Amino acid sequence: MPANRFNGHCDYGIGIGLRVPHYSHILSKKPVVDWFEIISENFMVDGGRPLQLLDEILEQYRVVQHGVSMYFGSADKPDRAHLRRLKNLVKRTKTPWLSDHLCWGSVDGTYTHDLLPMPYTFAAARRTAEKIRQIRDFLEVPICVENVSSYAEYHVSEMTEWEFLAEVVELADCGILLDVNNIYVSSKNHGFNPYDYVNGVPHDRVGQMHIAGHTKFEKYILDTHDHPVLDPVWKLYAHATKRCGVSATLLEWDDKIPSFDEVHNEALKANDFIDGAKKATP
Amino acid sequence: MKAPPRHAPKRLRTTGDLRVLQRMMATALLRPLTPDDGLQPTWVDGRPMEQVASEFIKPNDRLSAFERLQLYSRMYWFRLFDAIRDDCPGLLAMLGEDRFGRLAQAYLERYPSRSFTLRDLCSRLVQFIGEEPSLTRPHTALAAEIARFEWAQTVAFDGESRPVLDAARISSTPPDRLRLGLQPYVTLLALAYPIDAYVISVKRRDALRSEASNTPESRTVAVPPRRRVPLPRRARTFVAVHRHHNRLFYKRLDPAAYRILEALASGETLSTALAAARGAKPAQVRRWFKAWMALGWFCAPVARRRR
Ligand SMILES: [Fe+2]
Repeated sequence: MPANRFNGHCDYGIGIGLRVPHYSHILSKKPVVDWFEIISENFMVDGGRPLQLLDEILEQYRVVQHGVSMYFGSADKPDRAHLRRLKNLVKRTKTPWLSDHLCWGSVDGTYTHDLLPMPYTFAAARRTAEKIRQIRDFLEVPICVENVSSYAEYHVSEMTEWEFLAEVVELADCGILLDVNNIYVSSKNHGFNPYDYVNGVPHDRVGQMHIAGHTKFEKYILDTHDHPVLDPVWKLYAHATKRCGVSATLLEWDDKIPSFDEVHNEALKANDFIDGAKKATP
Repeated sequence: MKAPPRHAPKRLRTTGDLRVLQRMMATALLRPLTPDDGLQPTWVDGRPMEQVASEFIKPNDRLSAFERLQLYSRMYWFRLFDAIRDDCPGLLAMLGEDRFGRLAQAYLERYPSRSFTLRDLCSRLVQFIGEEPSLTRPHTALAAEIARFEWAQTVAFDGESRPVLDAARISSTPPDRLRLGLQPYVTLLALAYPIDAYVISVKRRDALRSEASNTPESRTVAVPPRRRVPLPRRARTFVAVHRHHNRLFYKRLDPAAYRILEALASGETLSTALAAARGAKPAQVRRWFKAWMALGWFCAPVARRRR
């Protein structure tokens, strides 16, 4: 699904995350990049350097907003002041779609600043979908929800994670940002087959994909975003691309960030798998 | 956060159940870690934490429910400690690792984040230092001033900037009717210590260390140890923390200049503000105003927001 109503009918190609260590390279060398993903929260400020920088980037590049604090799955109501700030930024960037995570992270107005896993229940899916609809109606922009990596599961869960994701996006009638690295990480931590996950989500709702590196520890895998993408994740990405069609793809590299070219070249490897997927499905 | 529940819900049927589960989990994550970075061994009601964690978290073949919860709690504390350290290099240098860690933990216990952004994490730190002087004794006054200074830097970095008042409007209004606002990103500080010089020395030291650790030779050449920056001695200091062309600056102010700006910022008319500058020569005051206007510091009067 290269372009659909969940990504504003955009065929965006391969992007990378806009990160501080690359600012001066990008602004001085103006490298060719299909698009940048920005972390919305870094620019939901009143003034100063962040907004100046964003405006300089917007003059040259296409930008998509990715959030880390909307917490669709928190029982709390959406925070109005937060939404107003986000909407101002949406107007500034003209992001064709906006993504945030299928998770929770705040309760009673206290924030953990983490992406905490959901209990996979019908009641939680209904509440989450209701919030996604409210937020989308307020922001007036298509929303893709992203699956997170997780390290714990709850006894109350009534279904698999991918069934929960499918339930939420159908009820909310929204898109999916399919993070194939997160699927892989969680499959190792919870012992499921990552291909069942990819096969089990509604493919026509995938508006974007994430790829990233992770770190293996003795008893668990951590979603660290500080490495190149690992082989099994590329394979899963190739499979997801066959199933869902070629989607806007973004490489996340957030820690121990190497040079701009290294990050960009890593992201562009996705092209090999996209070509492979295209050949396989004429 | 509301009081933690004794038990997590057995079934999740309503948004209320979801809230109880989230309250339970958040309470567990936000409780301080033990000295070896573990979850506390007992829950708020005295029951073993192993048992409480098992009531709502599933184990897997490698990790118990307790260990899985512990992973999240560590990530919470490490993330927030990192954020506070990033925002407060001066306070960290002054207190040293151990005392800074204790202060940060006690602060986050009393004032966990209430904002979607970590940018606001230290907004109540000055207040907290005043509430718990034992954590910074005998240098509580100094610690509070460094914290005020470092918060002012956050405000100067991304605080609001309002339309600059033009010189014509300023000069055409009689001084006894003219009120000038100060840009929200400018913070005026009257300090008992030269905190600006201290923070600059700390930043310079930290920059040298990180330069050393970033050179290719750093694998063989040891990074210089963290040299202690001497604590500042008392010296009345007036400074404005602000930005210019979106770069951070500290501007020392003459005491009379500080009084003028402070009076204007609190809503006084220009004539009243100038009266506060007793002793300053008119030519000097004119030069100050010229510099402040060139910096774009004056805007229409604003109710100054504290963030
Ligand atoms: Fe992701």
